[in-house]
Amino acid sequence: MFAGEQIASLLSSLRVTHVLTVPDSTIGRWENAIEAAGISLVRVCREGEAWTIAAGLYLGGARPLVMIQCTGLFESGDALRNVLHEWRLPIYSIIGYRSYLNQDTLPGDTSLVFTEPILAAWQLDVRLITQPSQLNEIAAHYRACHDGGRAGVALIAEGKA
Amino acid sequence: MIALEVALATLQRLRRDEDVVITTMAAAKVWMDQGTHPRDFVFVPSCMGHATSIGLGLALAQPKRRVIVCNGDGSMLMNLGSLVTIAAQAPANLAVLVFDNGVYEVTGAQPTPARMDFAAIARASGWPTVHRVRTAEEWSASAREILDARGPVFVWVETEAQPGRPGPRSPGPAAERARVFMRALGTVP
Repeated sequence: MFAGEQIASLLSSLRVTHVLTVPDSTIGRWENAIEAAGISLVRVCREGEAWTIAAGLYLGGARPLVMIQCTGLFESGDALRNVLHEWRLPIYSIIGYRSYLNQDTLPGDTSLVFTEPILAAWQLDVRLITQPSQLNEIAAHYRACHDGGRAGVALIAEGKA
Repeated sequence: MIALEVALATLQRLRRDEDVVITTMAAAKVWMDQGTHPRDFVFVPSCMGHATSIGLGLALAQPKRRVIVCNGDGSMLMNLGSLVTIAAQAPANLAVLVFDNGVYEVTGAQPTPARMDFAAIARASGWPTVHRVRTAEEWSASAREILDARGPVFVWVETEAQPGRPGPRSPGPAAERARVFMRALGTVP
């Protein structure tokens, strides 16, 4: 849906300093552009690390962003719980919503069943992004969460298109 | 083997004012008993295993400060991938100490799945500097040099289990402590 350059430009405009990531076939294509924009890309081994490295970065004065797939969200619940709810660090994330755009052609991905209820259970401020025209909504949502001192999620539909 | 209290008392003596010290699990309990410092990050409540990752983030954000992580073997086993992530980032200001007593002490000293050669794991993960410490004398004699070395530095410290030692308690609301810690670092937005 978005080119890496679009995401990199967006993150630069938001003064994001570090992106903590495990790639998938959508967000992984943004890595080169993000690095080319001068943002530090930290590749982690599992998604739980992303939340806690981001926590350390935030405590140390940086502006980190977590960029993972929804399956990584499922994997990393305890780290998310601790960082966002116990320490209440306002870490923003971009989460790829696997198969969202393929619901007609590739039905049956249980990511579609669990992603939104799990985000709701974690009581996160989520903005669902399903159209290329919504790019600026991510920036507006990020700023609203940042100014409000709360964590937020841009849930980005993945699949065809 | 070294008593955890002795190992941490040495670190308390050598810790410089500007250093950040992260503690978790049994090390957090003992460290708090020995004293407090504005740049202590007592990782309680925690998500077990993630002290090393918090340390990496702090080390990257604060490259002029030494960041020292006091981890346990059970915690280290929960997040071995972080050793690879840290080695790839290679922060020169990060030291990770693993106090290895072979048990999950705070839950009643149940054994960990297996004893590990943590030095071999760290080396294989790409850490350039790895130490193994077995005695209090060894630690006392080498700790200053180890902590001052260019990081990332990995230190495997063989410690005695102390079944029955109480687990750590949070010294206060975590969110408030995060703000106090950030004030001590000068990083409040």
